[in-house]
Amino acid sequence: MAASVRLQLTPDVRYVLRIADTCLVHAQRLAEWCGHAPVLEEDIALANLGLDLLGQARALLAHAARLEAGGHDEDALAFLRDERDYFNVTLAELPLRRGGADFADTQLRCLIVAAWLLPLWQGLANSCDRELAAIAGKAEKETRYHLEHATDWVVRLGDGSEESTRRMRAAVGRAAPYVAELFDDDAVDAAAAATKLGPPASALRKAWLAAVQPVFADAQLTLPANTAFRSHGKRGVHSEHMGFLLAEMQHLQRAFPGGVW
Amino acid sequence: MSTTDEWPLWEVFVRAKAGLDHKHCGSLHAPDPKAAIQLARDVYTRRQEGTSVWVVRSDQIVASDPADKAMLFDPMEDKVYRHPTFYELPESVNHM
Repeated sequence: MAASVRLQLTPDVRYVLRIADTCLVHAQRLAEWCGHAPVLEEDIALANLGLDLLGQARALLAHAARLEAGGHDEDALAFLRDERDYFNVTLAELPLRRGGADFADTQLRCLIVAAWLLPLWQGLANSCDRELAAIAGKAEKETRYHLEHATDWVVRLGDGSEESTRRMRAAVGRAAPYVAELFDDDAVDAAAAATKLGPPASALRKAWLAAVQPVFADAQLTLPANTAFRSHGKRGVHSEHMGFLLAEMQHLQRAFPGGVW
Repeated sequence: MSTTDEWPLWEVFVRAKAGLDHKHCGSLHAPDPKAAIQLARDVYTRRQEGTSVWVVRSDQIVASDPADKAMLFDPMEDKVYRHPTFYELPESVNHM
């Protein structure tokens, strides 16, 4: 078994890893649909979305590795960290296809994450870090499509049949408690804002609401009010689902260290 | 052709690059025109195959009857004079 890597976590590295890991873990969840989506066409579409996100994660992980300067590569960062060293938002790691979740959770997740990534990429386009700005510029086009695709599905299901409406509303109930974390600032965000590395999480809220509210209105859905509950994936404190996800995602690199295609 | 709970079938045409024509490349099922375009993009242009996509409901295409093939197309077999192969072309247009 390959041993875990330990990282020198500066605020900059943490900031980049939060985005990278959210893309990576979201991609992993979407990949679980491969071969299982309700129709062949959407199966391919979901795989495409996952691969876009994986590409974004790859570029960001390679960049985080350069910033960290500990001699690790993108594969080491993707597959050889311990759970507490992943900094994705908790929402991204919650089940999408199993564990009580279904296709409605999947499209809703895609909507919530795409509406969050889009203003993030747009903010990062003005980053003082030119490499990060370039990655964001490329990713923005992909995320625009993800948002459109998910928007259409959420409206179709939310304002659809009795069953699709019931399922989409249940999915909203499952996702809602984890949305607040997307916009919570801490010292990492403050440092990123001060150095112009990128926007703080709180700065994304307005654009996110502007994207999501009309979709929810069209889909006959209501955004639940915030509660006191807070998830803390961005700080490395994950849900009970994360360990299982990592076990599956890391298995090959752990069992066959350095394995390549 | 399909039951009522199945999405309609669409024919997909992809244009490889500006200036070329759209070519038929396959079909897919989709619930409405917008979804058909999105899914055509996802299914048929994953490897940079296209810069433009058309979709059309398959049931909107009027096709010749295969049973009429002999009547419609066989008579052209012996009409080679319809091919412009009997003209002498000047050198300057030899790329034809």
